[in-house]
Amino acid sequence: MIGDWLERKEVCICAGSGGVGKTTTSAAIALGMAARGRKVAVLTIDPAKRLANSLGLPELGNEERLVKANVEGELWAMMLDPKRTFDEIVDWHAPDERTRDAVLSNRIYQELSNAVAGSQEYMAMEKLHELHQEGRYDLLVLDTPPTRNALDFIDAPKKLAAFIDSRALQLFAAPGLAGLKVLGRGSGMVFSVLTRATGIDLLEDLSTFFASFAGMTEGFRERAERVNALLADSRSAFVLVTSPRADAVEEAGWFHHRLLDAGLPFAGVVANRVRRAAPRGDPSGELTALLGDDALARRVMRTFEEERRLAAQDRRNLADLRKRLGRKPMIEVPHLDDDVHDIQGLRRMDEYLFG
Amino acid sequence: MAPLLDKRLILVTGKGGAGKTTVAAALGLAAARRGKRVVLCEVAEQKRLGALFAVDTEHAETELAPGLFAVSVDPEQAKQEWLRYQLKSRTLAGVLGGSRLFQYLTAAAPGLSELVTMGKVWDLAQLERRTGGSVFDLAIVDAPATGHGLAMLRAPSTFAAVARVGPVGRQAEKIDRSLRDPAHTGVLTAALPEEMPVNETVEFERALRRELGMAIDAIVVNALHPERFKRPDVERLEGLSAGSTVTRAAVGAAISEHRRARGEHAQVRRLRRAAGAPVVTLPRIFEPELDRDDLERLSAELERRL
Repeated sequence: MIGDWLERKEVCICAGSGGVGKTTTSAAIALGMAARGRKVAVLTIDPAKRLANSLGLPELGNEERLVKANVEGELWAMMLDPKRTFDEIVDWHAPDERTRDAVLSNRIYQELSNAVAGSQEYMAMEKLHELHQEGRYDLLVLDTPPTRNALDFIDAPKKLAAFIDSRALQLFAAPGLAGLKVLGRGSGMVFSVLTRATGIDLLEDLSTFFASFAGMTEGFRERAERVNALLADSRSAFVLVTSPRADAVEEAGWFHHRLLDAGLPFAGVVANRVRRAAPRGDPSGELTALLGDDALARRVMRTFEEERRLAAQDRRNLADLRKRLGRKPMIEVPHLDDDVHDIQGLRRMDEYLFG
Repeated sequence: MAPLLDKRLILVTGKGGAGKTTVAAALGLAAARRGKRVVLCEVAEQKRLGALFAVDTEHAETELAPGLFAVSVDPEQAKQEWLRYQLKSRTLAGVLGGSRLFQYLTAAAPGLSELVTMGKVWDLAQLERRTGGSVFDLAIVDAPATGHGLAMLRAPSTFAAVARVGPVGRQAEKIDRSLRDPAHTGVLTAALPEEMPVNETVEFERALRRELGMAIDAIVVNALHPERFKRPDVERLEGLSAGSTVTRAAVGAAISEHRRARGEHAQVRRLRRAAGAPVVTLPRIFEPELDRDDLERLSAELERRL
């Protein structure tokens, strides 16, 4: 089924809340498509080495690595280094070496490129765009970062473009603090209060940062627009990953709604760890008779009842989600006995994803 | 447990979906039972505590249970509070807060919302609240998922270095110092008994030590399946070939459960070997949604094991 969703697609973006098996699903989709003859790269920015783990790689760097998966096509994997990607982009856009070095050595920049939630998401999109431009792969699969707000990464390119366009940059575009001082009476007041509230040193760093960034705004804006265009392109597909848990389902429904609002190409939902519905009836009498052990039969029954109750709840939660999805498809991957964390496990998911 | 609950601030970290909110709430209940006045802080608009206790947490300091309060930290509001405190003047804070220049600047300044969030959390743990709110014995933070959680913990030290002098720098340094003081701040990490969450927990412990010199006080492994069947039991179950469909399904469920439990217990052993912090486990609750009774049960269990 995933095969149909991704036919003629060049980019697959797997999104969803934390803990629903997004990384595993991304890897399984990539492996499955590679097994069907495509040249696929799966990308993650998750520093927890989950993808490397599930692909049996000791580690992943900013470079793509070929996964020894014995497939008809090719499977490559990489872990994005957001900081390095950001540096590369600055390098690309800077009008001269002096500007580049000023930005790269600025402490505000270092913080921005390193730690801030949001810039990571943007960098993932950037790298995706870059790899897509290079055209070395038939399909790129992106495992989006586990943000609390699963939508951050969609907004990231827009946010960065807005930031670069913002008055703050223009205000600080003049070298040093001079820019602030020529703003007129009102801002003089603001400035003096700001200095009291923050301390001048921080302001100067900010000022230098914005000033050196100002020269690069055009390039950044163009790029952010191109990234946005790629996300909305019919060659892209968003796959929503969820678990049947109430909170995950709730978030998936909301996320689906937002994707449609944003005009992004939504392909379908993958629901992981779905418990199989158990047949009706009371097996306790037969169990006791067959096992000849009352206590054991009772323990089996207890387990079965628990399983049944949870399976029924899974069904209800997923039925709610189906209603909200309308005609868009949903694939259910059953709760497997062992958790999936290697190529073998990914292959077991294949029959459900592609079956 | 006592030394942990005697701290003023406990950060509950962990991978998304690993049960951070549950652990934070269970710990909060345990502390409140001991007569402490406890505040649970949610950051980044989670609003999960309210759902768990079936109360509306929109407002500041909602009482969830006797002695247990919830606060949802909103960075924008925290920023305004911080300004008022810093400038000692509502008028000046209003001028600045209302200025477009300030809006642009703070929206653009990287890491600022993490810093003010940490500032607010820190303030909740103070004996003398600078924002004038009520005083708590203990603040427990339901922190964002691992990666972002670390960024949040790092924000004060980063700002202390960037701002060097001035009020931001001084504040950030003070917060950073309390965070790194094990007598003041504790870290509890929620995990699941599965391959990747275990790896991530071990990684997080290393990163926390490497980047901030902080240690995890305890790792709480959530939702561990009980080992209900012994090997001979399983052999008998596997040997059954007769029976109706539903009987075979019941037997199949028991065998699956056994395999899952065995795998999970192996992961807990692996975590115990790899992690420096003590590892405690909480049982799997076989309910679709946790209710208050389940939470009380987990809380008692946690108190006993920590």
